[in-house]
Amino acid sequence: MIPYIVFNLMQVVVVLLCAPLASGVLSRMKEIVQSKQGPSIFQPYRDLWKLFHKDEIVSEESSWIFRFTPYVVFATPIMVTLLIPVLTNYPLFFAFMGDMIAGGFILSLGGFFSTLAAIDTANPYGPMGASRTRMVGFLSEPVFMIVFFTVSFVAGSTIPYIVQEKWVTPLVFFVTPSHVLLMLAFLMLILAEGGRIPVDNPTGHFELAMIDESKSLEYSGRGFALIKWGGHMKFFVLMCIFLNVLLTPWGLAADQTLGAVLLAVPKVLLKVFIFLVVIVVIESQLSKLRLFRIAEFLGAAFVTSVAAVIAQVF
Amino acid sequence: MNDTINQLLDNLNALVTGLFLLTAFGIVAMRQARGVLSLFIVQSLLLAASAALLGLRHHAESLFGVALVNLISKPMIVPWLLRKTSPSEIYTRREVSQVLSIPAALLIALALAILAYFFALPISNAVAPEFRGPNVPIGVAGLLIGAFTLTVRREALPLLVGLLVMENGAFLSGISISRNLPFLVELAIATDGLIIVFISGILIRTVQRRVGSTAVGELANLKEVSAESLEGRAIK
Repeated sequence: MIPYIVFNLMQVVVVLLCAPLASGVLSRMKEIVQSKQGPSIFQPYRDLWKLFHKDEIVSEESSWIFRFTPYVVFATPIMVTLLIPVLTNYPLFFAFMGDMIAGGFILSLGGFFSTLAAIDTANPYGPMGASRTRMVGFLSEPVFMIVFFTVSFVAGSTIPYIVQEKWVTPLVFFVTPSHVLLMLAFLMLILAEGGRIPVDNPTGHFELAMIDESKSLEYSGRGFALIKWGGHMKFFVLMCIFLNVLLTPWGLAADQTLGAVLLAVPKVLLKVFIFLVVIVVIESQLSKLRLFRIAEFLGAAFVTSVAAVIAQVF
Repeated sequence: MNDTINQLLDNLNALVTGLFLLTAFGIVAMRQARGVLSLFIVQSLLLAASAALLGLRHHAESLFGVALVNLISKPMIVPWLLRKTSPSEIYTRREVSQVLSIPAALLIALALAILAYFFALPISNAVAPEFRGPNVPIGVAGLLIGAFTLTVRREALPLLVGLLVMENGAFLSGISISRNLPFLVELAIATDGLIIVFISGILIRTVQRRVGSTAVGELANLKEVSAESLEGRAIK
């Protein structure tokens, strides 16, 4: 019992510490592809450090939601981390507290609060970004549901620890059409939810074109740091679900020893790194879609996921 | 061991047909004429791969013939013929006006794909168990989606590709039902398709020269023009 709790908390620590690194590596690689020098891969840590030491300014007009939101945004990825396999392939202490659908709900809770907070201050750009994020969210949620339902239909469970074995035992199952199509749909979802390029430009500084970023424009100091850190972690958690549950459930610790779990950390980071390279390739190939083309992008993801369902059911 | 390999081949074939379905959706959703054509090339390659995998799985030599014919005729000769016959500027054109918006068209194509499974059910039930597989329903889905493309597109080249997608779909279900199609029939079908492409390409070129556009959706009314005034006036 005790080791399970310890390992579960270790997962949280790994996500907390490595999530900014993943974002730093991603932006550095993108800059290199664009023939630029780019900031150091540790820049997100420096940003967080700087922001934590700055004063926070809160508008007098804002309500408690504005003050409460950074904590929700910071806490929700951590709660999801407790439920999903980050380092181990056996269920840990909190694994049966909630399934993948609960994880989706918890993540969207953070999105819900940041949307409310963006509207709260009546900054003209905040509500615009908030309504756009909601649009992306409305369109991507059906895809999330269909992906989860197909996965649970195949595995007979929605607990991610049980699901991860099903697609690779025996290995032949890896190339079943429903698996490959689901992975494609989920990859498109990660791009949409993570605010990556065909949907949103994470490095853009033009307020009218922002989708995800403009929600946190009013924040400063510690609140902004928490929101940024939460954003890094959300992206990292989504990648962990994709890699450890759907795509490559290898390299996770199978033994219940501290050494095995520690050894799983570099393996997982290596997988994340390879996936980041893929994302850099995708992002460098495509250009950002116009706002109303996002519906087409997510419509394609929806069609892909439904094709996975009909390939599985019939 | 043999079982594992057979299972792998079955799964790979299912994957290839799944991707085939995805390219059919892509052809419905794609705006650029060039993108539609390259998706069609990918789809034909997938069809050839499916034929080769089925040939390996069931030790049927004639399916390799199908794969070879498909590999040569559609991905190579069709684009070449089109490039020779139709004017090059239609490749760069982007279809601005469509009958339906792209998400709506995709949803209808999705409904057609689900319908196709019900249409294919009697066929699957009628043949022996070893002939059942994802090929028949997905082939029927390709057929229906191709026909649907024909109704919603307004640009000449995507229309032609819709026709070819129908043929691809029919082929995909055909190769799984009959293992020993005479090679002559294969060649005849392949040549037929090429002739369709050739004639359509010339037709597109003529329409383009006369009207100055290949947006077929705008050619709404027929107009009788006497032979001598044909030179000076545009038909619209």
